[in-house]
Amino acid sequence: MSGLVLNIDYTADQHFSLKLDCELPTRGITAVYGPSGSGKSTLLDCIAGLRAGEPGSVVKLGSTVWQGPNHLVPAWNREVGYVFQDARLFPHLNVLGNLRYALTRSQQRDTISLDQVITSLELNELLQHTTETLSAGQKQRVAIARALLSSPALLLLDEPLANLDHAASQQCLRGLQKLSKALQLPMLYVSHDIEEVAQLADYLLLLEKGRLVEQGSLLELCSRLDTRLSREERAAAIITASVKQHDIDFDLTELEVEGHSLFVNRLTHSLGQQRRVRIPARDISICRSRHSDTSILNILPVTIDEMEHSDGARILLRLSLGSQYLLARITRKSAMELELQVGDKVFAQIKSVALLIETSDAA
Amino acid sequence: MSLNSAELDAIYLTLTLASVTTILLLVLGTPLAWWLSRRRGTVPAAIEAIVALPLILPPTVLGFYLLLLFAPQSALGHFWQQLTGTQLAFSFSALVIGSVIYSLPFVVQPLQTAFQRIPQGLLESAATLGARPLDQFRSVVLPLSRRSFLTAASLGFAHTVGEFGVVLMIGGNIPGETQVLSIALFDYVESLRFDEAHRLAGALIVFSLALLFLLYRSNGQTGWRVRT
Repeated sequence: MSGLVLNIDYTADQHFSLKLDCELPTRGITAVYGPSGSGKSTLLDCIAGLRAGEPGSVVKLGSTVWQGPNHLVPAWNREVGYVFQDARLFPHLNVLGNLRYALTRSQQRDTISLDQVITSLELNELLQHTTETLSAGQKQRVAIARALLSSPALLLLDEPLANLDHAASQQCLRGLQKLSKALQLPMLYVSHDIEEVAQLADYLLLLEKGRLVEQGSLLELCSRLDTRLSREERAAAIITASVKQHDIDFDLTELEVEGHSLFVNRLTHSLGQQRRVRIPARDISICRSRHSDTSILNILPVTIDEMEHSDGARILLRLSLGSQYLLARITRKSAMELELQVGDKVFAQIKSVALLIETSDAA
Repeated sequence: MSLNSAELDAIYLTLTLASVTTILLLVLGTPLAWWLSRRRGTVPAAIEAIVALPLILPPTVLGFYLLLLFAPQSALGHFWQQLTGTQLAFSFSALVIGSVIYSLPFVVQPLQTAFQRIPQGLLESAATLGARPLDQFRSVVLPLSRRSFLTAASLGFAHTVGEFGVVLMIGGNIPGETQVLSIALFDYVESLRFDEAHRLAGALIVFSLALLFLLYRSNGQTGWRVRT
């Protein structure tokens, strides 16, 4: 196999240790998701070589072994790019100086050009600026550019958008997605923000207290009832849809999901293009029959695939729509009154649809 | 006001001693300061205390022990004599060794403070970009502590120019070999030649003031406080 093989045993102190054994795909973006203190950053440090796991730990990418029995490659010899939460730009160099720092130390010069990076991350105006004058978003874009210029075989990102406002983080996300596709560069993206993860990731690694809880494709994990993700208030399913037509009169775009229509605010995308759509569980309500006297535009016929057993006020349903899944969070009282059972054919009324910036071809 | 040849010799000797001492201090003090800045524990604390010792000890105490150490009867003095054929005590080499020890804290402490202020994160970042440890030091640590190197070198130099007690104990008063400015001045005062004493003392004050002024002016922008 040519994946990223991680068998890490790292003990920081008596309160925290990281132990995991997994193999990750080296295509697209893998998100490492978990609450703070779950060991996400420690995991990246172990992969980058900034911390070394106990002897016996294994870190390898394809056939390149970074840590193995009697073998430990130091950080500076690993083809890993690392974007830290706090950017860590060199204050004595200007933006261009920071970029050149990486370029002159890169072992393979031809994988990515300075111009390509500068254009993708919109850094043209900033090259001569000192790093102190940059905004948080600009700093992160420079940090991403710098990491890419070291020609890594794997890019690690540790909550790079945590301190950014929405506009700045969207700009960063766009740049990252463009580059991920153009360079075919696998990325490991640490985040505790599920919306960021949903936008970006193809594959998901769930960590809790230094242990691997779950791993799998984003779409699959998001639609399961038994993971941490579905227990969150903001739980949402992610589905893929293609652009069917634009309705100029009503300023809407009609997407097609498994043969059904889904209306969203008008997009500029060309017809047939794939989009990733995120539908929060709390924004779906269930009806036994299709209502025509409602303002809700998006009503999809679905089958109840799974129901959560819970004594709480609310329960979670998994609804199948063709080969894709939606999640709905409704009150237990409603479920009782409607006598909902697994296998029932019902209608899902969708109050809101969040479009994610771009769908990825992986997963 | 003109200086006679003996006084010029003393000045030349003083400047040579201070220059050689400063170069040696930078060569030895930089790795020592780096090591101290990145370590915590009993051993580093003990080394730090030893480095700082000349700050509180009367110079004559240091000079006394160094004199015993440099004497031909001692192991070091004997070894030196075997190696070079000359006596270590009362030689220029003895002055250099004594000055390096005496001025060590003035070089190590500003460097150590500067190194401690360099975030480990920047070095980690450099490492992931492919910089080996020596490269990290050269490309990140050195440029970020440039001012402190200037401070350390100036303080080491100035402090060596101004020393008296240690020099008196281990160097004696040999014109052209160990008679530095402060000793020559002491000589004048002892023999009540106050005019010559004024000349030398005045020259030393002007020189020291000029050096410190240049130093503080170059540090002024960052508000760096020089610790002594």
